[in-house]
Amino acid sequence: MEPIIKVENLSKKYVLRHQAKEQYVALRDVITNTAKSLVTSKTGGQATREEFWALKDISFEINKGERIGIIGRNGAGKSTLLKIFSRITEPTEGRITIDGRVSSLLEVGTGFHPELTGRENVFLNGSILGMGKREIEAKFDEIVAFAEVEKFLDTPVKRYSSGMYVRLAFAVAAHLEPDILIVDEVLAVGDAAFQKKCLGKMEDVSKSSGRTIIFVSHNMSAIRSTCNKAIFLEKGKIECHDDIDTVISHYYNIAKATPTNGVQISSTPLASSGEWEVNSDIEVEIKWDKYKYEPGWQCDIACYTIDGVKIFALESHKFHEFRSDDKECNGVKFIVRNVGFPNTELRLDVGIKKSINESYCNLIENCLRIFPSGNNLPAYLRHDVITIPPAQCKAITL
Amino acid sequence: MSNRIVIEPGAKSKHYWIDIWNYRGLFYFLAWRDVLVRYKQTAIGIAWSVIKPLFTILVMWFIGWLFKSQVPDGVPRVLLVSAATLPWQFFSGAFTDISNSLVGNSNLLSKVYFPRLIVPLSTMIVALIDFLISFALLLIIMCLLHFMPDWRILLLPLFLLLAIIITIGTGLFIAALNVKYRDFRIVVPFIVQLGLYASPVAFSSDYIYTSTRIPEFLKFIYSLNPMVGVIDGFRWCIIGNGSTIYFPGFILSVIISFFFLIMGIWYFRKTEHSFADVI
Repeated sequence: MEPIIKVENLSKKYVLRHQAKEQYVALRDVITNTAKSLVTSKTGGQATREEFWALKDISFEINKGERIGIIGRNGAGKSTLLKIFSRITEPTEGRITIDGRVSSLLEVGTGFHPELTGRENVFLNGSILGMGKREIEAKFDEIVAFAEVEKFLDTPVKRYSSGMYVRLAFAVAAHLEPDILIVDEVLAVGDAAFQKKCLGKMEDVSKSSGRTIIFVSHNMSAIRSTCNKAIFLEKGKIECHDDIDTVISHYYNIAKATPTNGVQISSTPLASSGEWEVNSDIEVEIKWDKYKYEPGWQCDIACYTIDGVKIFALESHKFHEFRSDDKECNGVKFIVRNVGFPNTELRLDVGIKKSINESYCNLIENCLRIFPSGNNLPAYLRHDVITIPPAQCKAITL
Repeated sequence: MSNRIVIEPGAKSKHYWIDIWNYRGLFYFLAWRDVLVRYKQTAIGIAWSVIKPLFTILVMWFIGWLFKSQVPDGVPRVLLVSAATLPWQFFSGAFTDISNSLVGNSNLLSKVYFPRLIVPLSTMIVALIDFLISFALLLIIMCLLHFMPDWRILLLPLFLLLAIIITIGTGLFIAALNVKYRDFRIVVPFIVQLGLYASPVAFSSDYIYTSTRIPEFLKFIYSLNPMVGVIDGFRWCIIGNGSTIYFPGFILSVIISFFFLIMGIWYFRKTEHSFADVI
């Protein structure tokens, strides 16, 4: 199958100027710097310039109808990649070949003018996103109904609530019909119900019309429900390009792991089967070198699915029997009952603080993987509700 | 496939101008936005487009009368002044708007792709509409004064075209420079202010060219200002016999105008691919 997008050895370089503090260069600086470099040697001026490769030698292919999620930490090059795709900025090296009409949505409501009415902005925004006048007219009613702003069509958008504004803006974008849709983290705004509606709309179009979607988000569950493949960018390079579950799991292994700062964390299921079965306990042991923390320390744990859904959180100070005033104590043990947790991989965050009212002095994210067993899962349990499992917590000495 | 896009460093689009033509819808909408937004939340709205040129004409008229500048026989002084005020106001308005257009639309430039030339070009529409309104004003004044222009007024669109060429050329150049060097935000009002005195708005070119007091090289420098050609042309079209065009100067104006146009477009195209990174 011929790929619809082909990226070959793509690189993008930015030059950082450490000297210039202003965002833009003043002509004065250019003149004085040129004059300076004429007097001094030519290498003098280059010390302040540093090259930064936002993307380095990236190659991949996307087939028609694929829905690709792009994930990575801040600064990994996701936005730069999208900007090159949308032809806003040029690559430094390499090339991209795209077969089809591209619409990119790097921001909701690009070009919305606060003084114009909702109706006028729909037309303006639509044409900025690449729709023709007739196309907008044909879809106008649908857009307005989707955004649920019928009553305020002739009100300037500066008087809209931010929710209405975002709904209208996204409604226009959701009705684009390109071959390839590029979406940046635009769903981070708007309320949860509308986000869901937008995701639903995007899924509908892509699945029914075979549209290719490139989607950047930090919201793993949004990525998982929208995309079937993913690319994990790390420091401007492709760390992993595979189907969605593999990539997200890989992402959590690498991107979210933080250094433990001399704290050891381990877990042992207490059931005889060696698994964390329903209605059995797991022991989570957290320990450190003696005297690392003064008496009075507190230790909290939180448990998430790899989509970032919180399953439970336990704070040591909530346990009456917990005492950390013994100088000899150098660890803590949590014993947690499985009340029927979802049968997927869970991740653990550990936070240690010097006293109840302080913030964490050592926050270790994603330090442990635990797998609740799926056997004997009660049918009545709902996994979208946070349950507080029966648990114990005590300070330990080793 | 028909709509294959290749993104490469330094890829010059082979159909640059066709691309712009394909985006004409956006051109209309951006111009339409600028027109709509212009007088939003003002009490008298579009009336400002009449009041501004009217008062400028009145002030120029008063200054001319005060200093007893020469007026050809049979020509009302107010027409002499209006014929110059119209193109000058068009140039100063459009030039200022175009120069700031890229920076003013930076949110668009950094978020969406379209041929960048659309932004400065669509900005000019507002100034063109203002020009048409003031031109209607001029026609009313002519009627009130029972002044009948001759056939030459039919050539007016040619001189308007020359004014547009000058505006686009200089405007594009400054707009592209303004993206990187915001100094031009300060320079532009200054150019416009000085230009008013260097152009024959309050006086007439005849006075400059026939004066024996002014040395030849100053006359030459004066004729380098392309707006001199435009304003003289407007006077020639509107007033008719009372005004003459100094032809060598006029030809020079035309050459310089096209030089600016080519320069402006060349520099704009050279820098436009880095606008989003720099702005």
